[in-house]
Amino acid sequence: MSTSPPPTLDRPPGPPSAPKKKGLLSFDNRYLAPGLITAILVVGQLTYGIIEVHSSPLLSRLTGGLLSTYSPTFVAILVCIVMELVLGRLFGGRWPHLASAYISGISVGILIRSPELWPYILCGALTIVSKYAIRFRGRHLWNPSNFGVSLMLFLAPLSVASLSQQWGSEIWPILVIWCLGALILWRLGKLHITATYAVTFVLLALLRSQVTGQKFLTALGPITGPMYQLFIFFMITDPKTTTRTKARQCVVAVLVAVAETLFRLTEELHAPYYALFTVGPITNLIEILWDGRRGAAKQHEARKAAGPAVAEPCGNGTTAMAAACPAVPSAAPPADESAGSHC
Amino acid sequence: MSGFVKQVLAALLLVALVGVVLLLRHQPAGPSEKDEGVSEEEALKRYGFCLREGAKEAGIDFTHQAPTLDAKLDHIMPIIASMGAAVSIVDFDRDGLLDIYVVNSGEGSKNRLYKNMGDGTFKDVAEELGVADLNQPGTGVCMGAVWGDFDNDGYEDLLVYKWGRPELFHNDRGKGFTRVTDKAGLPRHVNANSAVWLDFDRDGKLDLFIAGYWPDDIDLWHLQTTKMMPESFEYANNGGRKYLLRNKGDGTFEDVTEKMGISSTRWTLAVAAGDLCGSGYPDLFLANDYGVSELYANQGGKKFVEIGKPSGVAAAPKSGMNASFGDVFNSGRLSVYVSNITEPKTLPQGNNLWVHEGAPAGEKTRFLNHATALGIDLGGWSWGAQFGDLNNDGWLDLYLTNGYISAARGKDNYWYDYSQIAGANKAIISDAQNWPPMKGRSLAGYEQKCVWLNRGGKFVDVAPAVGVTDTFDGRSVALADLWNRGVLDVVVANQKGPLLIYKNTVARDHQWIQFELEGTKSNKSAIGARVRLFWDGREQVQEVSGGNGYAAQNQRRLHFGLGKDPHVEKAIIEWPSGQTQELIAPEAGICHKKKEPE
Repeated sequence: MSTSPPPTLDRPPGPPSAPKKKGLLSFDNRYLAPGLITAILVVGQLTYGIIEVHSSPLLSRLTGGLLSTYSPTFVAILVCIVMELVLGRLFGGRWPHLASAYISGISVGILIRSPELWPYILCGALTIVSKYAIRFRGRHLWNPSNFGVSLMLFLAPLSVASLSQQWGSEIWPILVIWCLGALILWRLGKLHITATYAVTFVLLALLRSQVTGQKFLTALGPITGPMYQLFIFFMITDPKTTTRTKARQCVVAVLVAVAETLFRLTEELHAPYYALFTVGPITNLIEILWDGRRGAAKQHEARKAAGPAVAEPCGNGTTAMAAACPAVPSAAPPADESAGSHC
Repeated sequence: MSGFVKQVLAALLLVALVGVVLLLRHQPAGPSEKDEGVSEEEALKRYGFCLREGAKEAGIDFTHQAPTLDAKLDHIMPIIASMGAAVSIVDFDRDGLLDIYVVNSGEGSKNRLYKNMGDGTFKDVAEELGVADLNQPGTGVCMGAVWGDFDNDGYEDLLVYKWGRPELFHNDRGKGFTRVTDKAGLPRHVNANSAVWLDFDRDGKLDLFIAGYWPDDIDLWHLQTTKMMPESFEYANNGGRKYLLRNKGDGTFEDVTEKMGISSTRWTLAVAAGDLCGSGYPDLFLANDYGVSELYANQGGKKFVEIGKPSGVAAAPKSGMNASFGDVFNSGRLSVYVSNITEPKTLPQGNNLWVHEGAPAGEKTRFLNHATALGIDLGGWSWGAQFGDLNNDGWLDLYLTNGYISAARGKDNYWYDYSQIAGANKAIISDAQNWPPMKGRSLAGYEQKCVWLNRGGKFVDVAPAVGVTDTFDGRSVALADLWNRGVLDVVVANQKGPLLIYKNTVARDHQWIQFELEGTKSNKSAIGARVRLFWDGREQVQEVSGGNGYAAQNQRRLHFGLGKDPHVEKAIIEWPSGQTQELIAPEAGICHKKKEPE
C-alpha cells in the first residue's frame, strides 16, 4: 500500500525553494491517502461491519471481563505505528511522519485473514522493518505492505489467507470508493497507474476467459472485490516503490497485470500480491541501475565541462549534486528517508 | 551509526521476524495422536474409548444419492446438489431400542427407517410403514428429518423437510405412519435444510421451526433464472424465509413467524433450539451460510428478538453449517458449536464455540468464541458436529464430520475458481451462470474427520487413533446408545456416500448414567427439558433436543459420562412446564425413565 506521501517523493529532489504561503483552505496532500483508506474502513464498517473481531478468553480473564474482544485490524495498525516510531527514531534520529505507517497498518489489517493474532502482529512488523532493511541506493525495492503480506501468505499458508470475499452485495460502495479514489489519485498525480492497471486487467481478463473457457464476468470478478480496491488505489500507486516517470509507471502497471495473469493461469490464489512482489523490485532495480548509469554519464560530462572543481560523486547528499543529477538516488538514504517519514 | 550499519541491523531484525513466523505457523498435521495404527487396546488405554465402523455388520447398506437439478446448473451441480445426507435417531415403536431414520435425496430414491432388532442388527421398515417414498419427482427431495410427538400420544411423529414440500407423518402407535401434511397446514414449498421441534410458548404442545435455505419461489428443477445464488459470500441476505409454526393442538399449525418477530432471510443451514438466554423459554440459534449467525431470544413465548450482534455470535460473517449445544466446561451452561470452513491458504474461517460470558441475561446475554483457545476451530470444510461423552470420563467430547466435494484426487481442485467468484460483486456471484464449471474437480474433498477429546478444558483430535479414518463427504452426525450398553455410538450420513455406524467401546471402569424423560404438563417428548447432574463436585447440564447439529437429531435420552468410581449426588430435572424435580443419588449404570409429575 501507499507507504509515503505521494507528491513530495514524485518530484525530483531539487534546491530548497522558499516555503509557499498556505491558505486557510489548503490541504496537505500527505493526508489524502490516509483519509481515503480511513473512509473506506469507516464506510465498510458502518455498512457491513468489515472490521475483523476476535474473541479472546484470555483478554477477558486479564481484564476481569471488561474487554473480551479485540480487532486484529487495529492491532496491525498499532504495530505498524509503533514499529515506525521506534525504527524511525532509532535509525533516522527523528520522529517520523506516521501517515504511511497508518496506511500500512490498515492495509495489513484488512488484507490478511487469520483466526489468530500473531499473523497480524508479525505482518505489520515485517512490513515496517522491510522499509528500513531492504533498500538499494536509498530506495525501496518492494512495496512494504506487499512485502509483508506476500511473505506471510508464502511462509504461513496454513495460518494466513488473504482477503478474498466481497464485503457487500451492493455496487454503490464500490462506485463511491472508485470515484473518491480516482479524485484523490488524480490530485496526487497517480491516477494513470490505477487506470492503466484496471484497463490492462480488463483486457487480460478477456484473454484469460478465452484461454480458460470461463465467462468473461467470472474472470473479471476479482477486480470488483474489496481486495482489489485496496490493491489498485494504495499498493501499486505507492510513490516510494514505483518507478519515477509516468511512462515507466504505466509500463510497470501493465507488467504487474501481465504477471498477475500468468499467476492466475497457474491458479495461484494470491496472484496480485505475488505479481507485484515479483515485478516491483525488478523494475525498481532496473530503473535505479539505469538512472545510475545515466547519472554517471552526466556527471562525467559535468566534470569535463566544469573542470576539477566538481569532484563529489552524484548522490552523496550534497545540495549541489542533488540539483545536478535529480534522478539519481543517493547510496545512503537521506536523513528523512532513514527516519521513515515518507515510507 | 552509519547508514550501512543501520540497514544491516534492520535486515537482521527482518530475518528474526521471519524466523518467528516460521516458528509460529501451523504445520501440516504431523504424527502423534492423529496417527492411525493404534491398537484398540492402546486406544482404550490412552483415550478410554475406540470406535469401529460396523454398518454392514449391523445390516445397514444405505448409500445416499444426490438430486439432479435443472440442467442450467449442470456445470456446478456438485456444489448445488451437495446436501441431503441426514440422519435422526428415534425409538418410533417404543420398544426401548433406538432406531435410525436416514433420508435420501435422489429423485425417486427411498428413505430408510432402520428398526433396531435388538440382536445387534437393524431392518429397514420404511417402505412398509409408509415413510420411504418421499422423493417423488414434483414433490422435491429430502434434506433431513426430525422427530417429535406433536399430538402428545406418546409416539414420536415425523417431519421430513425438503427442497420442496415438507411432509408431516403421524406415528400410528409404532405400527405405521399416516401422512397429515395437508391437514396440518404446513407450507406448500420450502427449500429447507433444517428444522427443529420446540415448544416456544411452553403450552405443552410441540411447535415447529423450518428454516429455508434457497428462497421459496425457486423450483430447483425448473429454474426461471439462474440468478438464484447468494448475493455475497459473507453478507448474503437473499436466502429462504423461515417458518415458525405454532401447534394449535388440533393437529394443525399456524404460521406465526412474522407475528413473533422472525424475519430472517439468510441462508440457514442449521438451527437448534434451547434456553441460551436463561429465560426458561427456548431460544433459536441459526447457523447461516454466507453470513453471520443469528440468535433469536425468546421473550417469554410472546416474541423473539434477534440479538446476534449484541450477544457476539454475529461478530464475523462466516459459513455456518452446524449448531449444536454442549456444556463443554461442566459449568452448568450450554455453549454453541458452529462449524464453518477452514481451508489453508484460502479460507481460514475457523469454527466457533460460543461460550457464555457471565451468566445468561436475557437479551443482554453475551458469548465469547473459545474455539481457537480450546483447539476445536480447525476442522476443514466442517459440517455436522455433536457433543457427547464418548469415553464416559465426565467431559463432553466433540465429533465433527467434514469434506465438501470429493471428486478428482490430486492438486487440480476448484479452490481457485471458487475464490474468483467468492470475491466478485453481487451482479456476478448471484448468477449461477458466472460460476466456473467444476469439471469433475474436488473442493475440500477427502478430508480427515475430527474426534476431539475433551481433556478437561482443552481438546485433542484423536480421530484416526480411535478408529475414525473415513474420508467421505460427511454431512450429518447423530449420537445414540444404539445397543443399550451405556455408551454413545456415532452415526454419520455422508453425501453420496454410505451411512456409517461407529460402534463405541469404552473403558470398563468409566461409569455412566442416562435419563429418559416423558412430559405430562410439558410436551410428551420432553423436548426442552433439562437435566442438571451433580457428581464428584461437578455439574453438567444437558437438554432434550428436537433436532440439532446439521440435519440431525440425537437420541432423546440424555447420556452422562461419570468417570471412574463416581459419587452421584443428585440430578435436577427442569421441565419445560417450569416445574423441577430432584432425584437424590440416582444410581449410575442405568437409564432412569422419568415421567413429569402431574
